[in-house]
Amino acid sequence: MTDGPLWEVFVRPRRGVSHGHVGSVHAHDGEQALQAARDLFTRRSEGVSLWVVPSADIVASNPVDAGQLFDPAADKDYRFPPAHVLPDEVDYM
Amino acid sequence: MSHAETQPTDAEAARHGRFNELIDSDQSIEPRDWMPDAYRKTLVRQIAQHGHSEIIGMQPEGKWIASAPSLQRKAILLAKVQDEAGHGLYLYGAAETLGTPREELMDALHEGRQKYSSIFTYPTPTWADVGAIGWLVDGAAITNQIPLCRCSYGPYARAMVRICKEESFHQRQGYSIMLALCQGTSEQKQMAQDALNRWWWPSVMMFGPPDDASAHSDQSTQWKIKRFSNDTLRQRFIDQTVSQAEVLGIMIPDDDLVWNEENQNYDYGEPPWDEFWKTVKGDGPMSKERLACRVDAHREGTWVREAARAYADNQRALEVTA
Repeated sequence: MTDGPLWEVFVRPRRGVSHGHVGSVHAHDGEQALQAARDLFTRRSEGVSLWVVPSADIVASNPVDAGQLFDPAADKDYRFPPAHVLPDEVDYM
Repeated sequence: MSHAETQPTDAEAARHGRFNELIDSDQSIEPRDWMPDAYRKTLVRQIAQHGHSEIIGMQPEGKWIASAPSLQRKAILLAKVQDEAGHGLYLYGAAETLGTPREELMDALHEGRQKYSSIFTYPTPTWADVGAIGWLVDGAAITNQIPLCRCSYGPYARAMVRICKEESFHQRQGYSIMLALCQGTSEQKQMAQDALNRWWWPSVMMFGPPDDASAHSDQSTQWKIKRFSNDTLRQRFIDQTVSQAEVLGIMIPDDDLVWNEENQNYDYGEPPWDEFWKTVKGDGPMSKERLACRVDAHREGTWVREAARAYADNQRALEVTA
């Protein structure tokens, strides 16, 4: 592979928020991946910190399982504040 | 002094300057930033203590899951206690970004080297105590935690945002238990009153010692880990809780509690600080039982952790031979 393997790129847009995924780059090692990510994704003050992770190392959930994995259990509405009805005077709680 | 000796000092001063600049301009500190050792130590202590409180805090309520008065209340309580476990894990994760492995924190809890909130050493003799915990203890926790969402350490602040999102349900379900009891028979209402009597002062003391006796406050305020003083948050909690007790029709057990027209807040009596300090020193009503239960749970979970590792090892071995 002359382009090197794929790396996933995460940018922290500003201090105080988490890194978010923005895309990927090809590179032969982490250092080069960082440089490529810097050049590709942060030319206009898009962030203050970069993470690069070998794409092959990302373990992802299978889209087929999404329904089951992320079932919101909507029948268990008692886990949300509005399910507990309170008098108007204390409803801000 | 030789040149070689002064250089690191300059570099250190520059790093300190940069750190102070970030704090002064209300920017968050992130894990890869340089930070003073004392800042790191303070955060590990505070976040670990916070995480331990979530984990130990599962016990007083967890005890009632099997005997909640209805299937609905049981499901609600189960979901709440599960949330507390989750909060503990968010917090341990934040502590790990400071370079302290979770196992070390667990050991420190189990060996009594790190503390948890004194409030969780109190017993829950009746169902009304579960209501009082949700209403008062979670209410006080929310008052404490909302400003922590803006504390200077990024991972801690972000964990707190996630936690605060889940706390409103906790407080409302507790208040709803109290409401049901207060609208019930006179015995049930008395049960609610007794629970309020038991939990009021411990909840008021959750904000920590008075400002003039708080060991960690000044430095933590300067570092913007702490945004408001103990007494400021305590006042805020009392002011909002008084009217909530009025709606329930039960009495806060403080004869000195009176509206101060001039200050536009409630004056209140002296909390029983002797009891607080005794509890902090590890001599709370159920300190021994809480820790013993935690240590037992950890020991009894050993086979689960070992099985998880053995399973992963086997999977790897299978991949190699495949």
